[in-house]
Amino acid sequence: MVVEAGQLALTFAFALSVLLAIVPLYGSFVANQRMLLLAKPLALGQFVFCLLAMLALIYAFRTSDFTVINVAQNSSSTLPWYYQITASFGSHEGSMLLWVLMLAGWTALVAQFSKALPLLLQGRILAILGIICVGFIAFSLFMSNPFARSLPFYPVEGRDLNPLLQDFGMILHPPTLYMGYVGFAVAFAFAIAALMSGRFDSVWARWVRPWALAAWLFLTLGIMLGSWWAYNELGWGGWWFWDPVENASFMPWLAGTALIHSLAVTEKRGTFKSWTVLLALAAFALSLVGAFLVRSGVLVSVHSFATDPGRGMYLLVFLLLVVGGSLLLYARRMNSVRSQARYQLFSREMLLWGNNIFLLTACLIVFLGTLFPLFHKELGLGSISIGEPFFNQMFYYLTIPFALMLGLGPWVRWKQQQVAPLIKPFSLLVLAALTLALGVMATMQSVQANLALIGLLLGAWVGISALAEVALRIRQFGSVSKGITKLNASHYGMTLAHIGFAVLVVGVAMTKTYTTERDVRMQEGDTANVAGYDFTLTDVYELDGANFGGQAAELDVRKDGQYVTHLHAEKRFYRIQRTIMTESAVHARLSRDLYVSLGEELPGDAWAMRIQVKPFVRWIWLGGLLMSFGALLALADKRYRRKVMPTLQTGEADA
Amino acid sequence: MQPRRQKRLFAVLLVIGLLTGAVAAMLYALQQNIDLFYTPSQLVDGLGKDKVKPQPGQRLRIGGMVVKGSVKRDPDSLKVSFDLVDTGPLVTVIYEGILPDLFREGQGIVAQGVMLDATTIAATEVLAKHDEEYMPPEVAEALKGIRHVPPSQQQSSAQQSGTEAKPAEGRY
Repeated sequence: MVVEAGQLALTFAFALSVLLAIVPLYGSFVANQRMLLLAKPLALGQFVFCLLAMLALIYAFRTSDFTVINVAQNSSSTLPWYYQITASFGSHEGSMLLWVLMLAGWTALVAQFSKALPLLLQGRILAILGIICVGFIAFSLFMSNPFARSLPFYPVEGRDLNPLLQDFGMILHPPTLYMGYVGFAVAFAFAIAALMSGRFDSVWARWVRPWALAAWLFLTLGIMLGSWWAYNELGWGGWWFWDPVENASFMPWLAGTALIHSLAVTEKRGTFKSWTVLLALAAFALSLVGAFLVRSGVLVSVHSFATDPGRGMYLLVFLLLVVGGSLLLYARRMNSVRSQARYQLFSREMLLWGNNIFLLTACLIVFLGTLFPLFHKELGLGSISIGEPFFNQMFYYLTIPFALMLGLGPWVRWKQQQVAPLIKPFSLLVLAALTLALGVMATMQSVQANLALIGLLLGAWVGISALAEVALRIRQFGSVSKGITKLNASHYGMTLAHIGFAVLVVGVAMTKTYTTERDVRMQEGDTANVAGYDFTLTDVYELDGANFGGQAAELDVRKDGQYVTHLHAEKRFYRIQRTIMTESAVHARLSRDLYVSLGEELPGDAWAMRIQVKPFVRWIWLGGLLMSFGALLALADKRYRRKVMPTLQTGEADA
Repeated sequence: MQPRRQKRLFAVLLVIGLLTGAVAAMLYALQQNIDLFYTPSQLVDGLGKDKVKPQPGQRLRIGGMVVKGSVKRDPDSLKVSFDLVDTGPLVTVIYEGILPDLFREGQGIVAQGVMLDATTIAATEVLAKHDEEYMPPEVAEALKGIRHVPPSQQQSSAQQSGTEAKPAEGRY
């Protein structure tokens, strides 16, 4: 019953989305206020019905209704209750419903918080979001129905949730990531609505900024959680694999990062308009590319869902329609937009423009590296794979100039900056960065020219420069106590995000350089020395869990004879899915992780063990967290919440 | 030229220069990092119409089914060797390290590594998909027409098709 109700709710949501896509848009062309006013209730109603559908699906999972194919394939009655809930978005069908719910959620949020917008613009934005909703709800309803039943024959027990997904990180990772992906739909809708009315100014940029920032915040958090999850759950201590699906989430992130920087220029200086619009279109288009790559089965990866050419075709057509339609509109309208502002070669505008160039180059590299094997194969040139070294090498070359510019950026004035006044502070900054980086290297007793040194130098440069800049701004208000409260929340947000980037760079460089990894053969009582730590295998025994069996190993870790910690690593065998999972043991500190995974059993009562010491690996996720917090702070800025925008008019010309 | 025009020209030239450099560097790096995929028979007989065989020292990927009874371990270290097969000849893979959880005889795997001689690969990485019935898609394609028997049914197609191939040598 509840399942049918869920199906019905999704059908209603579909009907409402069709109305939302048509009525306000038509109303905006015939200047019918009642039609425009209808957008808000339609958007809210659509969200409510999507929510009901999701709740019905969760109910089916909680009650283990195995007549529903989706439940039977992705859950079991022995699964703990919280994983039964997360299993509702563990499959393609369920995650698509979650995606739809998020999209409807963003639409409802826009409807709720866009009172300050002119009615015409508001109606158009919601209608465009409605069009996107139609595409995705139809996909969920007709191509991948999460409520499909297998009556009259159904299994008595489900096939269980993929053990990889039975992890805390999995509860958080997909919803945050989807919030980010789908969030860029809002910036997209704003861009299209602006293209229709031909109005781009600082006011428009100020409207879009918080939405773009919010989407970016979720995407950053989602990617970071995914990396953390992979580190803990895939069992071998990697935190980024350049896997096609990771790349699929990284591309919109790069475009989104470029977008929030370009929006800053559009808001403050009224220039970069066409560029900003293009980035808003690109960020969402790349999210769609991501959805297509993951769900069509064209690429093989850990993440990809079951292959179905029909679904892939649908998403491809939808993608082409959205991208083609928006680019066509862009080409027709953007000619008339001119930026008035002038700026010199050495100015903040130019530096932010450089930031965008580098971010988009990075995006292009990821795009090529991800899709090149696909084209290669389709052209009949044989199967190939692009190795990690390609990405690593390219990002190495990109990050150095990017970080150098980033340290410079916030100091440089808009329009024009004289070089002379910056020479003194920057000599000090360079000196401080050098001292800090070499100092850290010295305490680790390995001063040499390597990746770690470069990472530390760049990190120190960006971090110190960001801190010094914010200190300078605070002092400009006269007194420190006054300055701290006077400075915009968004300025603090920017500083925090830049420091986050510095922390991330240091983490990546240090981990890449100083990770010690050893695969060893160990019997009980054996000791392996890795990077100064003595790992002693004290015990190996059989496991007996709720839905898994397997083995567990106990290790004691000592350094120079001093006891450090006790580690417990498992190798689980999930009975229903007949899958083996490596549950690694991690001892985390800010300066290093100790990471042990239990490998296979070897002849002669021995075990294969992978032991790793990974310095500064926590800094990678800490950096991501700081960036997200930075975005959150920036969102709290007062100027986004002003009730009445001074320059708006309600009815604007449709030009 | 007017100073402003001059500046703009400079900026445009700078961007074009940077872009050309970036694209060139990217293509070069891409070329260095392409790993072709082979199945054991493609490795031995050559790939495609021209029967191009890889050179010793070349980086590549190989995917096939692990031949039953071919997994040989060194008693004192993590060195291991095993044979891969699809429809024809066998290729020996040598590896030192931990094999993935789902590595088993009769199972499809993909190994990334360097070719040592015509039928030997030194692997740096061995991959098995997180699924018991997994067969690398490229292998599935090469095996087209030959029934893939899942390992759970205790009979590997690899064994049947690999009978006439050379016996597994115990090398590490």
